[in-house]
Amino acid sequence: MSEQTILSVRDLAVSFDTYAGEVQAVRGVTWHLNEKETIAIVGESGCGKTVSIQTVMGLLQKPAGRIKRGEIIFGGQNVADFTPKQWRTIQGNEMSMIFQDPLTYLNPTMRVGEQISEAYLEHNPGVTRAQANERVLSIMRLVSLPSPVQNMRRYPNQLSGGMRQRVMVAMALICDPKVLFADEPTTALDVTIQAQIIDLMNGLKEKVNTSIVLITHDLGVVANMAQRIYVMYAGQIVEHGDVDSIFSSPKHPYTWGLLGSVPRLDSKNKSRLYSIPGTPPDLLAPPAGCPFAARCKYAMNICKRQTPGQYHFGKQGQYTCCWLYEPQAKERLHQAQQQRGCAHHD
Amino acid sequence: MSRYIARRAVIALLTLFVLATATFFLVKLLPGNPFLNDKVPPEIQQKQMEYYGLDKPVVIQYITYLKNLIQGDLGTSLKYIGRKVTDVIGESFPTSAVLGLIAIAFSQLCGLTFGILSAQFKNRWPDYLLMLIAIAGVALPSMVIGPLLRYAFGVRLQILPVSGWGSWQQVVLPAFVLSLSNLASTTRNMRASMLGVTTQDYIRTARSKGLPPGKIIMRHEFKNSMIPIVTNLGPTIATMIMGSFVVEQIFVIPGLGKHFVNAVNTLDYPLVMGITIFYGAFLVTMSLLVDIVYGLVDPRIRLS
Repeated sequence: MSEQTILSVRDLAVSFDTYAGEVQAVRGVTWHLNEKETIAIVGESGCGKTVSIQTVMGLLQKPAGRIKRGEIIFGGQNVADFTPKQWRTIQGNEMSMIFQDPLTYLNPTMRVGEQISEAYLEHNPGVTRAQANERVLSIMRLVSLPSPVQNMRRYPNQLSGGMRQRVMVAMALICDPKVLFADEPTTALDVTIQAQIIDLMNGLKEKVNTSIVLITHDLGVVANMAQRIYVMYAGQIVEHGDVDSIFSSPKHPYTWGLLGSVPRLDSKNKSRLYSIPGTPPDLLAPPAGCPFAARCKYAMNICKRQTPGQYHFGKQGQYTCCWLYEPQAKERLHQAQQQRGCAHHD
Repeated sequence: MSRYIARRAVIALLTLFVLATATFFLVKLLPGNPFLNDKVPPEIQQKQMEYYGLDKPVVIQYITYLKNLIQGDLGTSLKYIGRKVTDVIGESFPTSAVLGLIAIAFSQLCGLTFGILSAQFKNRWPDYLLMLIAIAGVALPSMVIGPLLRYAFGVRLQILPVSGWGSWQQVVLPAFVLSLSNLASTTRNMRASMLGVTTQDYIRTARSKGLPPGKIIMRHEFKNSMIPIVTNLGPTIATMIMGSFVVEQIFVIPGLGKHFVNAVNTLDYPLVMGITIFYGAFLVTMSLLVDIVYGLVDPRIRLS
């Protein structure tokens, strides 16, 4: 954490109390975000990505969901202990969120301009309607929404998918947040629009001085936007590193699987697209040991019994939680790397 | 928009035509005739039938009726001798309308408030209490609750008049009784609708903006929850404004309600027809109005 850390999460654990029992959605994750940085939290559905950032933004569904332990340090305070009222001073103001599906996350019965201005009016008491409208227009221009004066008075259903997502971005940026969470911001969009939104967000970062936490399962988006990656699996971080290290020398078998399941243009043979066999473990009763062991081709006896610690690599802070990097498992690791080489580079 | 309204008006006229036709022949199917009376000699009964043209074939009567109807003539009542049907409706409808409007205002105001509160306190005691009231409101018919309230407030406490029409005190009890079932159903519908909206994604967006719960309810949840409520509003307004036979009977109110039943019982053909057509026209107009209001609430179905 050499640069200015603006948000850090330490050993955060979140559980949901359901009729079936306690679902341990997030089981002790630690990550941080530096100023003007974009980090990505990557993992498949149900791994706890969304829950963890919703917790960080104070949007956890209470009383079912609760923070079991851990700290969320933002602005020198542990916001995990905040009351809802304290949370509201940060939400939409210093932290804001871009959601996945712009159609369902926009209020269908409210004019777009009104929805954008709402957070601004809330967090800047004393601002007049006219001033707020000025601000809305300038932010709509910033996100390149065409004809802002007309579109301000439209309803979400009258806009195209790409425009709606721009509205979401405008809504999130209106108060100049320090941290912007983007929860699968491109998943619900078609591919050409995806590229536009990624360009937009990359460009905006330069202009508005915000740090971004990107949640996605799309590694293409990650490569285009983030500097660092946290790979999350079954409520835990299994690997972390800068984008180059993760893409060029991933360490964790789960990361291998994720990278292997990206369709490649240069694939010579017409092989089926790789997918990681099996499904993530049931977080009602998380397994002892490494959560990925059951799906891991290279699992050893110890993997199922004991949780691996962190193994660090290089100077860029890359680390992984995998028993393969224990010195005693050298042989196994070598085997695995060879197998992986055959599997993915043919 | 104007094209849409024009099209709806044509459909409305067709509806009314079908309604008038069906009612005309159905009423004629009722046994007996309006002048049947043991004490009156048959010759005189025959004369009466001839005077009103009721001795002619049904089809001829029907055509005559339609001709008059197009000219806005609903005929004269057979029982209120010498009074036109339009006069009977014109005299009694304002009373029912005033009572109905007050009852609607009250039931909507309370029903919506109760529904919102109930949803906020879901599965806690305020919710259970309000749901109990709502179930009672639906389950207790006005012929039970009306006399009970009359006894309690009029006879025991002596703070409200037991019956009659004219002063505001006389409106309170009948309006309350009339509003009860609608109040109850509005409460239940609003509760369900609010609960449906609360879990919508855009409410999460609103929360992420740091809005306090009150603003989320009023700005985001309320309007969206109103969409299904507005749908029911048209028929509700129509039925309540037309007057209730039971409530008007209990509180002795000179409204339109009593004519509904009396006209059928006495086979007062023109009055039955008149009231039915008036009611039909009103219902059709209300549902058209509601469709227009619907667009104001939900821009997705706004008429282009």
